[in-house]
Amino acid sequence: MKRRDFIQLSSMGLGAMMGASIPVLGNVVPVEQLLEPAVDAAIKKKMADVALNVAKSKGATYTDVRIGRYLQQYLFTRETRVQNIVNAESYGVGIRVIANGTWGFAATSDVSNEGIAKCTETAVAIAKANSKIQTEPVVLAPQKGVGEVTWKTPIKKNAFEVPVQEKIDLLMKVNGEAMKNGAGFVTSNLFFVNEQKYFASSDGSYIDQDIHRIWPTFTVTAVDKQAGKFKSRDAISSPMGMGYEYLDGLASEKIAGPNGLVGYRNSYDMVEDAIMSAKQAKEKMTAKSVMPGKYDLVLDPNHLGLTIHESVGHPTELDRVLGYEANYAGTSFATLDKWKTKSFNYGSKQVNIVADKTQPYTLGTVGYDDEGVPCKEWDLIKDGILVNYQAIRDQVNILGENASHGCCYADNWNSVQFQRMPNVSLRPGKEKLNVQEMIKGVEKGIYIIGRGSYSIDQQRYNFQFGGQLFYEIKNGEIVGMLDDVAYQSNTQEFWNSCVQICDKDDYRTFGSFFDGKGQPSQVSAVSHGSSTTRFNGVNIINTGRKIG
Amino acid sequence: MAVILTEEEAKALLQKVLSFSKADECEVNLLGEIRGNLRYARNEVSTSGAMTNKDISVQSSFGKKVGVASIDEFDDASLEKVVRRSEELARLAPENPEHVGVMEPQQYIKSNGYFESTASITPDKRAEAVAKSLELSSKQGLAAAGFLEDRKGFTAMMNSKGLFAYYKNTNVNFSLTVRTDDGTGSGYVAKGYNDFNKLDTAAATKIAVQKSLASKGAKALEPGKYTVILEPTAASVLLESIFFGMDARSADEGRSFFSKPGGKTKLGEKIVDERVTFYSDPTHPDLPAAAWSGDGQPQAKTLWIDKGVVKNLSYSRFWAQKKGVKPVPNPNNMIMEGGTATLDEMIKSTKRGILVTKLWYIRPVDPQTLLLTGLTRDGTFYIEDGKIKYPIKNFRFNESPIIMLNNLETLGIPERVVSTESDLNYILPPMKIREFTFSSLSDAV
Repeated sequence: MKRRDFIQLSSMGLGAMMGASIPVLGNVVPVEQLLEPAVDAAIKKKMADVALNVAKSKGATYTDVRIGRYLQQYLFTRETRVQNIVNAESYGVGIRVIANGTWGFAATSDVSNEGIAKCTETAVAIAKANSKIQTEPVVLAPQKGVGEVTWKTPIKKNAFEVPVQEKIDLLMKVNGEAMKNGAGFVTSNLFFVNEQKYFASSDGSYIDQDIHRIWPTFTVTAVDKQAGKFKSRDAISSPMGMGYEYLDGLASEKIAGPNGLVGYRNSYDMVEDAIMSAKQAKEKMTAKSVMPGKYDLVLDPNHLGLTIHESVGHPTELDRVLGYEANYAGTSFATLDKWKTKSFNYGSKQVNIVADKTQPYTLGTVGYDDEGVPCKEWDLIKDGILVNYQAIRDQVNILGENASHGCCYADNWNSVQFQRMPNVSLRPGKEKLNVQEMIKGVEKGIYIIGRGSYSIDQQRYNFQFGGQLFYEIKNGEIVGMLDDVAYQSNTQEFWNSCVQICDKDDYRTFGSFFDGKGQPSQVSAVSHGSSTTRFNGVNIINTGRKIG
Repeated sequence: MAVILTEEEAKALLQKVLSFSKADECEVNLLGEIRGNLRYARNEVSTSGAMTNKDISVQSSFGKKVGVASIDEFDDASLEKVVRRSEELARLAPENPEHVGVMEPQQYIKSNGYFESTASITPDKRAEAVAKSLELSSKQGLAAAGFLEDRKGFTAMMNSKGLFAYYKNTNVNFSLTVRTDDGTGSGYVAKGYNDFNKLDTAAATKIAVQKSLASKGAKALEPGKYTVILEPTAASVLLESIFFGMDARSADEGRSFFSKPGGKTKLGEKIVDERVTFYSDPTHPDLPAAAWSGDGQPQAKTLWIDKGVVKNLSYSRFWAQKKGVKPVPNPNNMIMEGGTATLDEMIKSTKRGILVTKLWYIRPVDPQTLLLTGLTRDGTFYIEDGKIKYPIKNFRFNESPIIMLNNLETLGIPERVVSTESDLNYILPPMKIREFTFSSLSDAV
């Protein structure tokens, strides 16, 4: 099996906001190899049948096979130079079985018939060995086989087919414009992922999928060496389930905000954002330090997405609720007893939060999940009440349902699939309202844009979030930029302080490209849509400190 | 071919790879490893797995044009293919002005991190170790969720100037969270070793069980500034932001905590209490590490902070050349000197304070001051008149490890710990800190 290589982002100059490292799964290969066509579905079907047959003969009562070719292209630059270009390919097969009522999993990069057969035997042997310390057999929600089907991310321009030079030229332009506009330093990156996944199961499904994701991003830093001071501003792009067309920067996908700010819907103007970033990073150097206290918050979708992710997405994962993640990511305050009351006020009446794996252009959208379940949309919070969770085939029965929600995922053929967050999004307000109009109604508030520092407890009650840009609102007007801002709240209190949501014309998605969960840790990519939203009376702290 | 190669086998394989090279310079990195894990939750096995991995990575250069390619097949044809690929990539690459050539052969000190006890772990042994833990938690009606992971592996490198380096090691990490049935108590333990024989899962489980039971019925204290005793597990995740931030280049560029007004760096400055000393040492018997870094630089005992003074920042070979100084590679481990007090003695000498056993979800808030936020988790206790009085609800903190190490009261006896953020192992003492800033309460258990 291939190891997980990690690129240390700190040495690449990318901010600490990303965590220490990003995973690269697979062999480093020449770019041409990424353009080789996917393995023919007929060949993959034959390979899968080897595993299905061997597993059955060894006593498995259920088997699924995932044959995956995972392609990655990552570009890293700083100022005038390319630091690294990684082209990686990972190919192999992961086989999961139930034998004696217990899961077993094994994976191999040896995709010969013998290799697959041997790997299948190992999976069955592990299941049988573990069944000795298992007391409750696995119960799978039924899933009718879907036969031979295909699904593809509806991309317009395959990012892997765009010449590397064109990408370098774009990043050099981004860096150059940022420097020209006052940046001391800039790092910029492009991440492209293509998952060519084939899923087959003993239920009679043979599913061939071609999934694409893209993330352009940068960090601009302004430095005053004499004062010993520096401030950064990260890109307000979003990772997307799109092709290279996301970088077209279409005017029709821009949303004009207050103070010359621009929001990007499904098309991103990276150069324009870099110019704004450099100017804003410089402006941050002299921004007023915030006075702590209660403020009404106006949260941009590019900021609110992460708050939704942490305070709604994670606590409504059923495996967390049940305790399967207790030793690492934690459990959840959104316990089953609260859900059973059918009256647990997660948020105010305005709050309608939906889970889906079907919304166009998003990271979570696929045709079928990694258990072969067709994807769908369902409510998590309706009119402020907690109504459901995110569940997969071996847990959905706990909710009294007999069909999986279709949100099972593995980040590679060599990782075992488990419950992962679908897109979790806040529905827009029904009444016509834009952000300018929303700000007009705020007496004492802060308008927050972009993903900053974030931290939340292991049951998802108490959180603290920063951002990229903070604007002070006084009597319905933006009066200037603020610094040292973070808000602290409690999930239920926060969502109950939600009073107003802009309409669908303001709706945009935020994304997390490398969301971590599980032991050993796996990544996944997920989007969170929302319109600009107002929360009243939230506690703001000042994060400035003096040392020495 | 075996996955874990001996030094001689690795040398022969690397020589063969280099024999295919037609580039000006060539450097080859080789690794092989076998990992196994067992994960459980709700007192039942949830997932488990095994992973074998081998990889050869070739870097070829023509002048300042560099290409890297890797492959996981080691037959002659594959080896030649990966060398040719790296050369093709190098020819196509733009010049990298920061590329420095490969190193001359080096002498490395010896360090031993390989233990047969760990290398010979079988699925059965893993299950036995976990069964000992499960027995203790289920007997008391507690819910256990844990993870046992072991690894044996080697890394080796060789370059066209004849430099050769080899290191073989083993590791085992065990972590466990035990929760009371009613969800009001939770305790944690994590242990890391090179030698599996040192891992006593039953003894470790008793720690988590004790913390879980003792943390039931937590009371709320007002947030504010408190004297805290940080167990080493809690301290590790705060100190990492210093360990990871000691890079000379970003300090020189004016965008690091280690930058100073006027364009200089804090190298040579006293930044924390004079009892604070950090060093890296690949030969430390309790935390052995490779005696070379990925580009072949020798690793030897290096002081990073000595009696509170910044003694070294890491310099890449490029940055060192540019600044006219000796390169200092990033450390392969980190050890903090401590004192002689036991944790009990530290508690006994505390009039009023808080014992913090674990911290969670640490994120940087301000890189300028290294201000961090995060929360206490899995057992936080109020101390009064030298005794643990009662468990308390978890707090969110906003604190900088630099401010914290200036507010140092006492250092205890160092021990090996596993960071719950990075999974890396360190040797750190428990520490008593005054005026540690808790900013709000959390209901999380």
